[in-house]
Amino acid sequence: MQINETSEISKFKPVIVAFCCNWCSYAGADLAGNNRLNYPADVKIIRLPCSCRVNPMFILRAFQKGADGVIICGCHPGDCHYTTGNYYARRRMTILFSMLDYLGIDRGRTRVEWVSAAEGAKFAATMNDFAETVIKLGPNKRLGDLRCRK
Amino acid sequence: MRKLSLFNISKLYEMISDNKQLYLPVDNGAGQAGYKKWEYGMTMSQALNTVRSAKDFFFPQTENLVDFKMNGKNIEIIDTRSEAEDFVLFGVRACDARSFSILDKVFLSDPVDSFYKSRREHGTVITLSCTRPEETCFCTAFGIDPSNPEGDISSWIEDGDIYFEAITDKGAVLMDSFQSILDEADESAVETQKTETRKIMAKLPLADFNLDGFGDAALLEKFNSPKWAELSRTCLGCGTCTFVCPTCQCYDICDFDTGHEVKRFRCWDSCMYSDFTKMAHGNPRVTQMEKFRQRFMHKLVYFPANNNGEYGCVGCGRCLAKCPISMNIAKVAKKLGDN
Amino acid sequence: MQEIMKQRASVLLQEGKVDRVLGWQAGVFVYDITPSVFTNAEDLDHGFVYNDFCGNNLSKYLVKESRKEGKVAVFLKPCDTYSFNQLIKENRILRDKVYVIGIECGGKADIEKIKADGIRGVTGITGEDDTYIVDTIYGSTQVSKSRVLLERCMNCKSKKHVVYDELIGDDGEVQVTDRFDMVEKLEKMSADERFEFWRGELSRCIRCNACRNVCPACTCEKCVFDNDDSGVAGKASADTFEENMYHIIRAFHVAGRCTDCGECSRVCPQNIPLHLLNRKGIKDINEYFGAFQAGEDCEAISPMTAFTKEDVEPGTLHTKGGN
Repeated sequence: MQINETSEISKFKPVIVAFCCNWCSYAGADLAGNNRLNYPADVKIIRLPCSCRVNPMFILRAFQKGADGVIICGCHPGDCHYTTGNYYARRRMTILFSMLDYLGIDRGRTRVEWVSAAEGAKFAATMNDFAETVIKLGPNKRLGDLRCRK
Repeated sequence: MRKLSLFNISKLYEMISDNKQLYLPVDNGAGQAGYKKWEYGMTMSQALNTVRSAKDFFFPQTENLVDFKMNGKNIEIIDTRSEAEDFVLFGVRACDARSFSILDKVFLSDPVDSFYKSRREHGTVITLSCTRPEETCFCTAFGIDPSNPEGDISSWIEDGDIYFEAITDKGAVLMDSFQSILDEADESAVETQKTETRKIMAKLPLADFNLDGFGDAALLEKFNSPKWAELSRTCLGCGTCTFVCPTCQCYDICDFDTGHEVKRFRCWDSCMYSDFTKMAHGNPRVTQMEKFRQRFMHKLVYFPANNNGEYGCVGCGRCLAKCPISMNIAKVAKKLGDN
Repeated sequence: MQEIMKQRASVLLQEGKVDRVLGWQAGVFVYDITPSVFTNAEDLDHGFVYNDFCGNNLSKYLVKESRKEGKVAVFLKPCDTYSFNQLIKENRILRDKVYVIGIECGGKADIEKIKADGIRGVTGITGEDDTYIVDTIYGSTQVSKSRVLLERCMNCKSKKHVVYDELIGDDGEVQVTDRFDMVEKLEKMSADERFEFWRGELSRCIRCNACRNVCPACTCEKCVFDNDDSGVAGKASADTFEENMYHIIRAFHVAGRCTDCGECSRVCPQNIPLHLLNRKGIKDINEYFGAFQAGEDCEAISPMTAFTKEDVEPGTLHTKGGN
């Protein structure tokens, strides 16, 4: 039983969607790549102009279409390329994640992380950590759409 | 006519569900009744009627029609229909039972809707008479007798017993399957109940619901009546009335991209919705008044005009109970009927 | 109370101060009240009613009514006035086209709660102090008023009218309530229990959109769920995901603007406790961004369209207790 469980856990490849803002976190991801820092290939990056562009619908859509975890990365508060975008995103995500938690969705499936363009290492470390958390939680069943399963 | 003591009703449910899926009205978490698949231990709700009508079983809210898959440049069309399983609906009231014949006129007339037809063929309806109607009931206005419901098998609960009578061939076949636990019965208790119920129906507030002047009689006069503006003024356009109604049958066909195929499905639509009758050229019914008028004209004038005087309403009273602003077909008919 | 209101409305119409009055119209039974626009004293006399079943929040109708020719008078209960203010703030209602008459409210009754005990065939309901006498064709019974109040009236948050042009009766106080108790109870459950709870509730949703259409905060000309271009348009929840999605998105869209008027729960034909979702939004905003009551005045900026440099991080959720 034990062996099957661990092999199932290690077999599970999560689908992780990362919404990254163009100016800081996407550049950070790029830097991680330049420095040959490893992070899981399961992470699918979607580039946006700003973390504020993230509509709650995007997050739910990602879960619907098969994502097991969604992470939003943006500039550090105070350093937003558009000055105030990430402040709004911060408030929005606080309320949204709390509401998802209220409906019984695992807390670990969503995260917000501030990564600057110079923090390639932080980007890789964050993705690794997040992927590990999501693998432990297992496949997303609660917010998935049965029709989108293969 | 045969009867069964209510003490043994569980046995009946068991016998039926051994061969077919059995659905009956059960109390849900919010204290209202809804149809659920019978499992051991479930008892039938004491409520007069369910919130959602029984049309769900023949015309479900969402139904997959066909799937499309891309194979390179070729489109593969996949028929997702599967053979429906036999099922039995228990405890359907007279109003819902009549609604099936109304829906039949729509879906089983040429071209026949094969999805609906398949479900209809696989479903057997056991109806139950009403003994304590609500003030919101007005089925008698449409020639429905709540004390003598239509169906494949009719049933009456009186004095601790439930009486059964097979009406159609399909019903007779089903009744044969549980005949063994039934006793012979004479009709006197049932006849008494019928008389009592009819007396109560005559005392209901809506017993004087008048259909004079409707049907195909005064189409243009009713259509152009200035009273529609007033009636529809505070309509929210929500669609609750259409979704709880046992006879409403509008539906929309949508495509959903699952990522690896496209599913074409149909789902209930409502004439109250903002995009009702939106077409390529635009929308002929832009205001809420026109949409509101359409719903009631359909039920009270167009449908009877096209179907030999049979009205598109069964008087179940769900719209009366559930409309957020208490607008309903009774108020509309009364207002339009007043001269 | 009803007669005083009727009189006042008649006078306002006759004096030409207003062209229309938005109030409630009696139905066939005592509880089937329809909001209605009255244009003359005769109509008022025939149909106007104000009783314990006038739960409708009339402020949303003013979005359309205030844009028509002439001035409209409206009767608003204390909770309705909060919605009115919120709509003014959002520029949905033209303030100078509306004459607000604030009215007292002792709580409204829920006919479904009255009928929950098996009472049927209601022909009349009269109220004396704390008891309703319910006449039916099967006999008469009595029910205690406090037991059959609308869900939202059970934790009435305020008897104070936050806006009015004139007042009939006395103004009241903001109440101390336990309206977040059930929310707290749910928060203390485990995630699995919460999921079961919400699945049980939301699976009954028939997507009738009554909650959205009656909500004073939902006034978008083209709702995202009606807009084919949005990609999430849908008329039915074809999967459990869509059942959840509709309500999460709606709760999120009204967060910070929801005045807790309770209409959503009142109109739901399947009795889903939607107020628990919206109250969660309000509670979170109070906790994280400072106490805020939407609709208290016309100036305060909604917390969701504002920020401070020291806001909490979304990760604060992980430090909360419970599961």
